[in-house]
Amino acid sequence: MIKGKDIGGIPGHELEPVAGGGLLHRRLFLRGGGVMAAAFAVPGTARAEKLEVPAWTKEPEGYFKGYGARSKYETDVMRGPIGEPNALYASGPGAIRAPIHALEGMITPNSLHFEITHNGIPDIDPNQHRLIIHGLVKRPLSFSVEALSRYPMTSRISFVECAGNSGALISPRAVPGTAQTLHGLVSCAEWTGVSLAVLLAEAGVDPKAKWMLAEAADPSSVSRSVPIEKAMDDAMIALYQNGERIRPSNGYPVRLLLPGYQGNMNVKWLRQLKLTEGPSQTRYETSRYSLLLKGGLVAQYKFPLDAKSVIVRPSPGVGMAGPGLYEISGIAWSGHGKVRKVEVSADGGQSWAEAVLSGPVMSKAVTRFRMPWRWGGSSAVLQSRVTDETGYEQPTRDKLIAARGSKNFYHCNCISSWAVDGEGSVTHVYA
Amino acid sequence: MSTHKVMRGAVLVATVVALAACDNQGAPETAQTESMARKQIAEGPNLGVELSHEDLAAWDIAIGPDGSNLPPGGATAADGKGLYVEQCASCHGMDGEGGAADRLVGGIGSLAGDAPVKTVGSYWPYATTLFDFIRRSMPLNAPQSLSDQQVYALSAYILSMNGLVGEGDKMNAETLPAVVMPNRGAFVQVYPGTLESVIAE
Repeated sequence: MIKGKDIGGIPGHELEPVAGGGLLHRRLFLRGGGVMAAAFAVPGTARAEKLEVPAWTKEPEGYFKGYGARSKYETDVMRGPIGEPNALYASGPGAIRAPIHALEGMITPNSLHFEITHNGIPDIDPNQHRLIIHGLVKRPLSFSVEALSRYPMTSRISFVECAGNSGALISPRAVPGTAQTLHGLVSCAEWTGVSLAVLLAEAGVDPKAKWMLAEAADPSSVSRSVPIEKAMDDAMIALYQNGERIRPSNGYPVRLLLPGYQGNMNVKWLRQLKLTEGPSQTRYETSRYSLLLKGGLVAQYKFPLDAKSVIVRPSPGVGMAGPGLYEISGIAWSGHGKVRKVEVSADGGQSWAEAVLSGPVMSKAVTRFRMPWRWGGSSAVLQSRVTDETGYEQPTRDKLIAARGSKNFYHCNCISSWAVDGEGSVTHVYA
Repeated sequence: MSTHKVMRGAVLVATVVALAACDNQGAPETAQTESMARKQIAEGPNLGVELSHEDLAAWDIAIGPDGSNLPPGGATAADGKGLYVEQCASCHGMDGEGGAADRLVGGIGSLAGDAPVKTVGSYWPYATTLFDFIRRSMPLNAPQSLSDQQVYALSAYILSMNGLVGEGDKMNAETLPAVVMPNRGAFVQVYPGTLESVIAE
């Protein structure tokens, strides 16, 4: 036990270490704001300043805007990195990552949702766009966006993650990077649209149909085969993202949402669904998004993303100003259901303690976790490890590579490690 | 399967999901609401407009691995060589390697080793995918600008550079799906199983 005086002279208060490296019992959070605030205060180090009435209180300014913008003081929170344009063609394939180190809660704001493109972002006129359903159906059907908008809507909060997210952790040496650059190809939003089962019922599914080819209207005409069971289960023809129409870069005006499945299968700019007997073996399910395993074996059609967690604060670029109490904050998710628990280690995996799951814990959605930590000013290695509701536990990097080999970077969900040095700065390491 | 059965299937799935959610520390009220919503939306307003196969022909370009939906016509590698230089080489390299874009040629037999080289020849399991992808997505600056005949010619040329067909072999709806791709046997389908079970086998 650390007596209260050690953390700022709160008489009678005790902070209980639960694991090595300064991890503290999560009831520090659960007891409520008073204790929390007191525990975080470091008396004597900060001197009160003489308060003055600021200019913004005395000089009225600013008026409504039809479409809001964030504070000019927050504009350094950006997706990134924005690479050099393709040498030959400005569009081409590319990715831009969400600033997960700077966000809170479970929802990714639309302007900061990660994006992958396979050949640019199409400028689609919603009045001309059509979604067609054909192939092994009784009646091939065409839907305008206006027609789709008249169907009963359903909403769910769901993460979308690129199957290549965190793939850098397969590299033989730890790649220098941040939470954003290493793990930022994941985002979470409330999606609203039409249950695909309803539209399939309207078209009349032939019992021979076991798969469905979903195709985009972008200049790559991205196409992916989806099992009919998934299409009939929780697939959504999504029209809205966090309450407003889906952003062009995330699939305006219509995208397929397949909760828990690898990102590219949630086909953006969706224009057709062709029902087939077997999978279509498209380029994006053969040469891409397939897993080259040990011995040259290639695993394809692995759809759900396995449970993953990552600490986003502290993280590289988001270090500590000095010894004291800090909150470790991170995100966890699973393509197989809900997050059951997240454990945190501050000593490179030698000891673990359970974090608080903050906010609603929803199936196939991002879950925020938090952990109180008293950083004493010495080196530490921070890790997090999620277990989902199926009992699956996020593997170590060594275990993942032992099973799969080191030539596959898709579906990389191993534990990641942040090393903290004596100055409080943080780097990506293997531990 | 009748439409009616499909709809009932959807409701059944929703109910099972709802029950599972109740067992699983989820809010039963939310689950029930979702289940009821599913039942409700099984009766949509039926606003789909019926299409004839002729209406959708321009969009129905996906090729099956058995060659289904391949168009008439055919061409040889010799037909594709000049076109490759003109349309593809600036990104993929004159010989299908060394360009900024994906390497297309070589690497056959390298996948199990320490330095696997993934190309059309070494990695792709189906030659039909080559036709499908070139036709729908290439070239990057002008997708869907090539004729079917040109796509056959480019497919033939890329396969020929990999030594998988002869320079004079005509690729068409019969011959293209019959091309033996060396890595096809290495592909294993995970769904509906797990990656762990695939690895264990």
